[in-house]
Amino acid sequence: MKIGGTLAAGPFQRHSMPLPPRKPVTRMETPQNDIVGTAPVFSLSGISKSFPGVRALHNVALELFPGQVTALIGENGAGKSTLVKIMTGIYQPDAGEIRVNGSVVKFPAAHHASLAGVTAIHQETVLFDELTVAENIFLGHAPRNRFGLIDHPAMRAKAKALLFGIGADVDPETLLRDLGIASKHLVAIARALSIDARVVIMDEPTAALSHKEIAELFTLVDQLKSQGKAILFISHKFDEIFRVADRYTVFRDGEMVGAGLVKDTNHDKLVKLMVGRDIGQVFPKGESKFGDVVLKVRNFCHPTEFESISLYLRAGEILGFYGLVGAGRSEFMQALFGMTKPSRGTVELEGKPIVVNNAARAVQHGIVYVPEERGRQGTVAGLPIFMNITLPSLHVTSRSGFLKLANEFDLARTYTQRLDLRASSLSQDVSTLSGGNQQKVVIAKWLATKPKVIILDEPTKGIDIGSKAAVHAFMSELAREGLAVIMVSSELPEVLGMSDRIIVMREGRMAGEFSRQEATPELLVRAAAGISEQAA
Amino acid sequence: MSGNATPRQLPDRLGSRAKDLIYSWETLLLLVLAAVFTINSFASPYFLDPWNLSDATFNFTEKALIALAMALLIISGEIDLSVAAIVALASTMMGYVASLGGGTFAMVLTGILTGLLCGAFNGTLVTHFKLPSIVVTIGTMSLFRGISFIILGDGVFKGYPPEFAWFGQGYVWWVFSFEFIFFLAAAMIYTILLHKTSFGRTVFAIGNNQTAALFSGVRVGRVKFTLFLLTGLMSGIASVMLTSRLGSTRPSIAMGWELEAITMVVLGGVSILGGSGTIPGVVIAAFIMCLVTFGFGLLNVPGIVMSIFVGLLLILVIAAPIVYRHISQRRT
Amino acid sequence: MKIFLRSREAQLIAAILVMVAAIAFRFPAFITPSNLALVFNDTSILIILAFGQMAVILTRCIDLSIAANLALCGMISALINVAYPDLSLVVVLTVVVLAGAIFGAINGLLVWKLDIPSIVVTLGTMTIFRGTIFLLTNGAWVNAHEMSDAFKAFPRSTLLGLPILSWFAIIIIGIIWLVMTRTAFGRSLYAIGGNPVAAVYVGIDVGKARFWAFVLSGALAGLSGYLWISRYAVAYVDIASGFELDVVAACVIGGISISGGIGTVGGALLGALFLGIVKNALPVIHVSPFWQMAISGIVIIIAVAFNARAERKKGRIILKSAEAKA
Repeated sequence: MKIGGTLAAGPFQRHSMPLPPRKPVTRMETPQNDIVGTAPVFSLSGISKSFPGVRALHNVALELFPGQVTALIGENGAGKSTLVKIMTGIYQPDAGEIRVNGSVVKFPAAHHASLAGVTAIHQETVLFDELTVAENIFLGHAPRNRFGLIDHPAMRAKAKALLFGIGADVDPETLLRDLGIASKHLVAIARALSIDARVVIMDEPTAALSHKEIAELFTLVDQLKSQGKAILFISHKFDEIFRVADRYTVFRDGEMVGAGLVKDTNHDKLVKLMVGRDIGQVFPKGESKFGDVVLKVRNFCHPTEFESISLYLRAGEILGFYGLVGAGRSEFMQALFGMTKPSRGTVELEGKPIVVNNAARAVQHGIVYVPEERGRQGTVAGLPIFMNITLPSLHVTSRSGFLKLANEFDLARTYTQRLDLRASSLSQDVSTLSGGNQQKVVIAKWLATKPKVIILDEPTKGIDIGSKAAVHAFMSELAREGLAVIMVSSELPEVLGMSDRIIVMREGRMAGEFSRQEATPELLVRAAAGISEQAA
Repeated sequence: MSGNATPRQLPDRLGSRAKDLIYSWETLLLLVLAAVFTINSFASPYFLDPWNLSDATFNFTEKALIALAMALLIISGEIDLSVAAIVALASTMMGYVASLGGGTFAMVLTGILTGLLCGAFNGTLVTHFKLPSIVVTIGTMSLFRGISFIILGDGVFKGYPPEFAWFGQGYVWWVFSFEFIFFLAAAMIYTILLHKTSFGRTVFAIGNNQTAALFSGVRVGRVKFTLFLLTGLMSGIASVMLTSRLGSTRPSIAMGWELEAITMVVLGGVSILGGSGTIPGVVIAAFIMCLVTFGFGLLNVPGIVMSIFVGLLLILVIAAPIVYRHISQRRT
Repeated sequence: MKIFLRSREAQLIAAILVMVAAIAFRFPAFITPSNLALVFNDTSILIILAFGQMAVILTRCIDLSIAANLALCGMISALINVAYPDLSLVVVLTVVVLAGAIFGAINGLLVWKLDIPSIVVTLGTMTIFRGTIFLLTNGAWVNAHEMSDAFKAFPRSTLLGLPILSWFAIIIIGIIWLVMTRTAFGRSLYAIGGNPVAAVYVGIDVGKARFWAFVLSGALAGLSGYLWISRYAVAYVDIASGFELDVVAACVIGGISISGGIGTVGGALLGALFLGIVKNALPVIHVSPFWQMAISGIVIIIAVAFNARAERKKGRIILKSAEAKA
């Protein structure tokens, strides 16, 4: 889960983490029946949440039952992360109810959620590298001795017991930074257990784990189940869902589109629910006419991030890159753009070998990159729209180093018009635009440099449906005009709808290449997750 | 987009530039400057004398020269705390050259080259070795001044050639000293550099979002190195003037100037977090500090009291817009 | 053990041992216990201030007003002593610590409530504090003969063979170690600097913790103010001028990361001791004390380079083969 910088600094109190036994936040209502799992311990209803320009969630519902695992399924941008933030008190919903054991509660800040026994283990673990394992587990609710000081021996012992309980071979005294990702996950789980959580949210817990570690994690999930915890398990990987989940809920574009028992469904039905849309209708994919090969990459390798990537790309072609989050696609693209140094491999542009060791060089050669992290790497917030657009083209708009504002406005006007940018003026600060319009500014910036190859990394992530369609249409138009396009996307319909050819990456390697005709959702998902034919 | 029925053309800007100018930080500073000027001329009969005013400028032109380059550096998100130490080292090297029999030309060249070398050293540490500038320059501040102490100890260099005195004491025309005219020219050049060239534009881009600038093909390291070089150069020039004005060099020369230069920059409306600011703002702030010091001096208020004033001004000036925003937010 | 050997503390201990051994090789008198005790005593104030600065730096802030705060509180203690020579030192100490804490709280409030960058705040308060000393005294000095004997003698009087000044440092080391490792406040400072977003997730109020870090820094500066004045038996506007940089240097050398969240009590202590030993050793080895500044400059630069190398984040490892090797 990406943690945005938009957290409102709430009136949190430092020492307000609960010490077991926990104060009951809600009246404990005895369920009418004794059968575990028939009454939800946690439920959401009618939850909606909007951000400027984006409707993240609309009227969604979710129920979690004690001793059961509910899988939350959806593509990137379906609203899963927003939901997790609402459940943990980081965001406030615009509408809707949260119930714990049947009583309505509110989580105005993060610690209210943990008081109510809701805890999340995040995708990119939000813990503290410079603290020890034991301190990470007990930060905010450490055992105290009679002087009110942190009782380290007791904390160590408790941490040891917790870690032992989940089968983690981790010394409570090591610093967190010295642990691998898998062990950090275990620490996060131990922290969740230490506050005696009733609801455990696992946000893509397996994204960075190896097969062996995943198997161990599942044992742990079973253990948590048997302790009566309600678990929300968020994952893209279908084999995992069928392995651990009892129930499922599917989100698409911020809405709940299906829920039920896992045993009553199957792989195909879930994929259909998740992907939903009729692919042919939404995507304005015209007839493709390919020109000469523009870009040729041979055996591109990086010491830690990707290996043996080879590809060719023709003018007028859209090459899709599909894979799970963390498959190494962005890392490969950034190396192609000169941001990181590959250890081996060659790049040829229009038949001539080129060396791209920084972004400035890449832009000179005509290779441009629309990054996934738009706010951090794409737009320069604080500068107006036109300055963002002309930033890589200043050598064209200025004369011997001196700015010519009229030229800049001309250039910016031309490309904002082409992209149908919605803004009040070209001098508006780019950060005041919606996500979709910011993306248009980034694309306009690159088109103004008249590139040969444009790489779009998750071009429609986090932007509203309207802008999505506009970006898609524009991408087709660019290809028609003879630009070579690489599109990285984790959204199946987008990849299937827009690409002429699709390369699938898994764990830093190419896991398959499909033509537009042969590609199906199932094929791509299997290649990306590494599931064999029988397993599905 | 083609095929769209109503392709929209965005206006270049909403509202007039004149209106933006009226509500700008610089206008506010000008008002403060006018107020200070008026109060001073009422408070002391000696204030409006052109020669007195001219004398007053000597106190700040050297620091303000450094502030010009420092403004660019701070806008780009870095800082250089070693500027005063560079002044000291450059002055010491000039003194050393003079003691070996070097003439005025050799001295000036030495001063400027020392400044450039120091700037290049800072720039290399920050851009090549990717070290945080705030601590690196605390280190080089100690190193540069430390070298001066090693060379001079508690000694002093003096007896500079008479022609050398012109840089810090000479007048170009009437009451206008070389220092002052040089400062005005430098202010003009820096205004153009920051606001009218593509180099200046990349400085703003880097200060607002270094990563995005890098991803837009801006050579961030090269720009930052240049800025450290410029800061070193201006410190070297300031050193030539100060040394010429004082006629002697001690290692403790220009002590604490880095803080005064930074205060000028921040008072001038440059965000300490980088990304925004103007050179005219910094220049006006320099004039305000000059006139306040001068006015207080005429009233026999000691310099240290005036520093309280500057400290309060610094905090109030930064806090005012924030408090204003808090209040207006609460109302909505 | 392996982890310890890679730690900044181990590197510093090794560097200090090598340095001391090299000096002792030529000048054995340097390592007599009495001389080492002198060096420690001489470094005591730097040690105390380094802890205050460390608390602030851990939260991604900086306190440049720490030396000015020291000077102001020192002057307050001197003026109290001149006005009421018979007043108990306990009262004087309480007053300076409180005064320092209040001055620190001013910094903290501006950072917390107004979100002004700490470097601007403390740059401003630094000049304000110094100016206030002038306002209090009109620029006059408080000289040794104006101070009471008890006032001057206290830090020099010995207890168990060590001067009281050293004992102050030792006690503060103990207290700060407890605060940093054994209290929720101490751990929250690390959490804020290490991962501010995650700190909010676990329910820490970032602004409030920063405020208390500044209060702590101020209180220690206040205490140091009395210690400084009584030790050197003179008070004037410019005492400890520029000392804030020595304090920051001690922290940086001690491995406290300027970008927050990293650093230990032991590191700050060793960083301060390193500077103290350099300063005291130079006259012994017949190097002009004028070398001290340049040497500490070089040490700071080297220390920053080390810190940066230690902090450089490892990228995400995607390839399983690379993960196995790493």
